[in-house]
Amino acid sequence: MPRAQPVEIHERAIDNLRYIRRTIERAGSFTAVPGAGGVVMGSIALLAAWIAGPETGARWLAVWIAAAIAAVAVGAAAAALKSRRAGLPLFSGPGRKFLAGFAPAMLAGALLTAVLFRAGQAVLLPGLWMLLYGAGVVSGGFTSVRVVPFMGACFMAAGAAALLTTVTEPDIILAATFGGLHIVFGFVIAVKYGG
Amino acid sequence: MAGRSNTARREAVRSTEAAAPSAQKLDRLVHERLRLGILSALSVNQALTFNDLKRLLETTDGNLSVHARKLEEAGYISCTKSFEGRVPRTEYRLTAAGRRALDRYLDHMEALIQAMRER
Repeated sequence: MPRAQPVEIHERAIDNLRYIRRTIERAGSFTAVPGAGGVVMGSIALLAAWIAGPETGARWLAVWIAAAIAAVAVGAAAAALKSRRAGLPLFSGPGRKFLAGFAPAMLAGALLTAVLFRAGQAVLLPGLWMLLYGAGVVSGGFTSVRVVPFMGACFMAAGAAALLTTVTEPDIILAATFGGLHIVFGFVIAVKYGG
Repeated sequence: MAGRSNTARREAVRSTEAAAPSAQKLDRLVHERLRLGILSALSVNQALTFNDLKRLLETTDGNLSVHARKLEEAGYISCTKSFEGRVPRTEYRLTAAGRRALDRYLDHMEALIQAMRER
């Protein structure tokens, strides 16, 4: 019977460090989702709703696109800051998993926004944005702390309700969801999971 | 061929022996795989429940319970038991001593790797 080769102690040390890193990445899924960043993103949405108003024209769309870009930048910066505090690279396990789940829904949303706006169906956009954003958050946050996919589910429910009913005041609906939900859940995440 | 293999084995033994004094200083309590996992997971979370840890470390109730108790007895983690409605809830947190022990262990592992690279 062949004798097993002895494992050198430094190889065991490397293996242990890898194990620690993997465990931290899996356990630290919350680091990908910034609570404080969510509160700022919600505030941006409230400001956008106030500036854009209820008329779903080109100016309205431009304001919301600008708000989305600003919110994504704030979210990414807050996530980077949170990851750095936890001593993890932003695109380590949790960050990469969140992005992989989140990005497809956002790309679909961008494409459908252009198509529906050109077809004169801008009134459907608030519902579509909420539904797809929620789907992205549920999918991206699936391995995260429970509050993250729950927030996504709330967005999906609001989006579905908006698509199934006639939206007369899109500014109020968008302010309540992208503003209100982000602020409430952002606060919960910041208090309960730090940062 | 066999001679080369024996030489490699002798080298491995020599390097293990050279590192032996360092290895003896290892915190055996932290060195065990599951306990290392518990400390690592708690180091990036304010608190984790028993079920969170069980899911994360893919282990059994009994195994987790035994190793968590050893860490608790050493003062490396603290345990709070409560009820959520009628369901019992066990929550673990890393103590300052536990964080120091994990940091020491990480330093130790890095020092071992560094020593081998400089060889």
